[in-house]
Amino acid sequence: MEVFKNTDLQAALESALTRVGSTPQDALQVCLHMQEQLSCVPPAAVPLIARALGTTTGHIVSLVSFYSFLHDTPRGLFNFYLSDSISDHMQGSRQRLQQLCLALGVQPGEPRLDGRVTVTPTYCTGLCDQGPAGLVNGRPLTRLDEERVNQIARLVEDAKPLDQWPREYFRVENNYVRKDRLLATPLDRGEALRIAQSRSPESVLQEVERSGLTGRGGARFPTGMKWRLCREAPGESRYVVCNADEGEPGTFKDRALLSDYADDVIEGMTLCARVTGAQCGFIYLRAEYAWLQAHLEWVLARRRFDGLLGENILGDANWTFDIEIHLGAGAYICGEESALIESLEGKRGVPRSRPPYPVSRGYLGQPTVVNNVETLFAAAHIAARGSDWFCADSPGGSKLHSVSGDCKRPGIYEFPVGCSVKDIVQAAGGDGASAVQVAGAAGELILATEFDRPIDLDRLKTSGSFIIFGPDHDLFTTTANFTRFFAHETCGFCAPCRTGTQLARSVVDRMAKGRAFGRDSDAIDRLINVTPVLSHCGLGGSAMNPLRDLRDKCPQRYRALFCDDETEVLHFDLDAELSEIQSITGEVAGGERD
Amino acid sequence: MTDSIIIDDREVPIAAGQTIMEAARAAGIYIEHLCYNPQYAPHGSCKLCTVKVDGVMQTACTMPALPGQVVECSSPELEQRRETLVEMIFAEGNHYCPFCIKSGNCDLQALAYHLGMHENNFNHRYPVRTIDASHSDLILDHDRCIFCGLCISASRDTDQKNVFAMAGRGKATRVVVNSDSGKLGDSDITLDDAAAHICPVGAIMPRAGAYATPIGERYFDDHDIDEIDNASGKL
Repeated sequence: MEVFKNTDLQAALESALTRVGSTPQDALQVCLHMQEQLSCVPPAAVPLIARALGTTTGHIVSLVSFYSFLHDTPRGLFNFYLSDSISDHMQGSRQRLQQLCLALGVQPGEPRLDGRVTVTPTYCTGLCDQGPAGLVNGRPLTRLDEERVNQIARLVEDAKPLDQWPREYFRVENNYVRKDRLLATPLDRGEALRIAQSRSPESVLQEVERSGLTGRGGARFPTGMKWRLCREAPGESRYVVCNADEGEPGTFKDRALLSDYADDVIEGMTLCARVTGAQCGFIYLRAEYAWLQAHLEWVLARRRFDGLLGENILGDANWTFDIEIHLGAGAYICGEESALIESLEGKRGVPRSRPPYPVSRGYLGQPTVVNNVETLFAAAHIAARGSDWFCADSPGGSKLHSVSGDCKRPGIYEFPVGCSVKDIVQAAGGDGASAVQVAGAAGELILATEFDRPIDLDRLKTSGSFIIFGPDHDLFTTTANFTRFFAHETCGFCAPCRTGTQLARSVVDRMAKGRAFGRDSDAIDRLINVTPVLSHCGLGGSAMNPLRDLRDKCPQRYRALFCDDETEVLHFDLDAELSEIQSITGEVAGGERD
Repeated sequence: MTDSIIIDDREVPIAAGQTIMEAARAAGIYIEHLCYNPQYAPHGSCKLCTVKVDGVMQTACTMPALPGQVVECSSPELEQRRETLVEMIFAEGNHYCPFCIKSGNCDLQALAYHLGMHENNFNHRYPVRTIDASHSDLILDHDRCIFCGLCISASRDTDQKNVFAMAGRGKATRVVVNSDSGKLGDSDITLDDAAAHICPVGAIMPRAGAYATPIGERYFDDHDIDEIDNASGKL
């Protein structure tokens, strides 16, 4: 184990403080910078960081132990994360993980003894249409087939710097398969701002309200109302936050928007600032998309240079607004707006008690608008072209869908709100699909018999994730993947979600081994009855959806997961009992990752 | 005329700024809770005080009482969910009631009796957790912790010491100590601190005086939890 010298820790800390700042709110970004230099946040650094930021050691420990991408022990020189999201899973991510680990002689999640490499499974990396996918030292890896993984193992053994790896390994494609009015007609830079400048903030707000635009992240709160509540809330300052923590398994359209339409998204933020009176904004960028940061910084800089951001926007002395990028650190829960704000404030991403809502008491207790990337993108188009234009094909406007899974043409599809599940399946070439998971792990399983259902505000909400399952796909693997996902991502704050997701996970693990019994079936029924209803936020609210859908929609498959014979040794699992001794003697016990 | 709300068919007066929990308590109505303690700002994490306010589930300890609210509090549906939740909390940690120092003075145990929990139908998780025995007067036993956050509030707000923090995520959630070593013995906490006695379940316990009162003669051996605020308020 590498031991860091105190002088190295001090130097890394100095550099982090210079780049980020030295208040308690900077704690998360300081930890990220420390890790960038040392590959981890070592326990010996914790008291130093705490003193430098004027905070407690517990605060720093709380961050390192909360965020999946922060570590207290060194990572390898090559730090891999391979996606285990269900859509990558269907493309063979499990086999690739095993192959890479075997080739490199590492255990998942454990650094190799020589410090060369770490390979860790993670959930969705937002590259589901070109998987199996992953990250190495923060850079995206796509289309990891067997051959590519072998090559990568060789490059790692040769300690070849990433810059010398074949560039196509890192190539990310934005596959826009169906463009509708938003994607097909990009805005000219500053177009929406110039139109907004010629009108009063109130009339811009009314235009957004008239469009009926609702939050594209999945919660579907009316955007205009959110802006108005923030505008009218008493406060000393106001904030606009772009929620780029696109963590729902199977969604990647925000990644594409941030790559190809960043100007439109930032324009949406700038408009929101004009309407609400905010002078400061943040893009909260998920850790899995850290590789987009340089591009976004460049777009921000260019817009400042062009007078579209910063002081005196479009020469207007009363229009000042600038944007900072904050990186996440691996926590699905931070997609929840109040957890995101906690994270922005340098804390663990634990959702706040509401009321009060962020529109009245958000970042630093001030009125704050948190909008999804696509919402801001759409708002800019509405301001530039009007609500009638936006709603010409559907009263709800149009919506982006990230399509992955068993289909011929995975990618991004823009459809008018209200299109049916079948419309998307057909467009994507999902012939013979048996089911679709709409809205990701937190969403709903739609069987082929329900494909006529429209995707709209009331009947089938979506964050944009659309995973197609072919006729041969065992839907239980999806249920198991999602249930484990929630157990991994629950923040742990409230009892029903923290305990419920763990208990559900343990049942699912036993189902997978054929060791679930009638008693477990009762347990699941009770968890479905309690956890969603009592939980603190939407994560717990939807954590039992996968099990509920399997139980209610695929009763045959579900029942087959339970052993009939109650007389077997009930919950005694010989393999599990022997796993410790097997690990000592070198026999490998089968096991799922946590 | 004073403002009021309805809790289970009973009219309850409210004062400005009160939560539903505060209004209920003032009227002598007990709402189940573990993480709530009237001395501190509500934490809202145990969710046992979840009530239906005009048809929407809310935690009574955080929800402001507003004139005219209709609150469903002790319906069989809610009580049944609370009972299940207590089972889930038991299954999560390591709770050794029969020989626990806190037995008979423990809020979690008392709630289980109150809600009629006779057995646990969930598989216990038996997590591996550590004991911090580095302090000369106190023991920090993570086995029993239910993550209510009361030690954090008490140390910060009453003792002005800020000894504890909540760390980890999900099943790895844990209380940590604000000292360079992370050990309780290296923190500022002392036996006379409020934080040393606030724990509702015995995760933080004084070393001395254990079993001074025999099991059978402890508070909850004779009283239901709905007679008092919580164990720490009584001890």
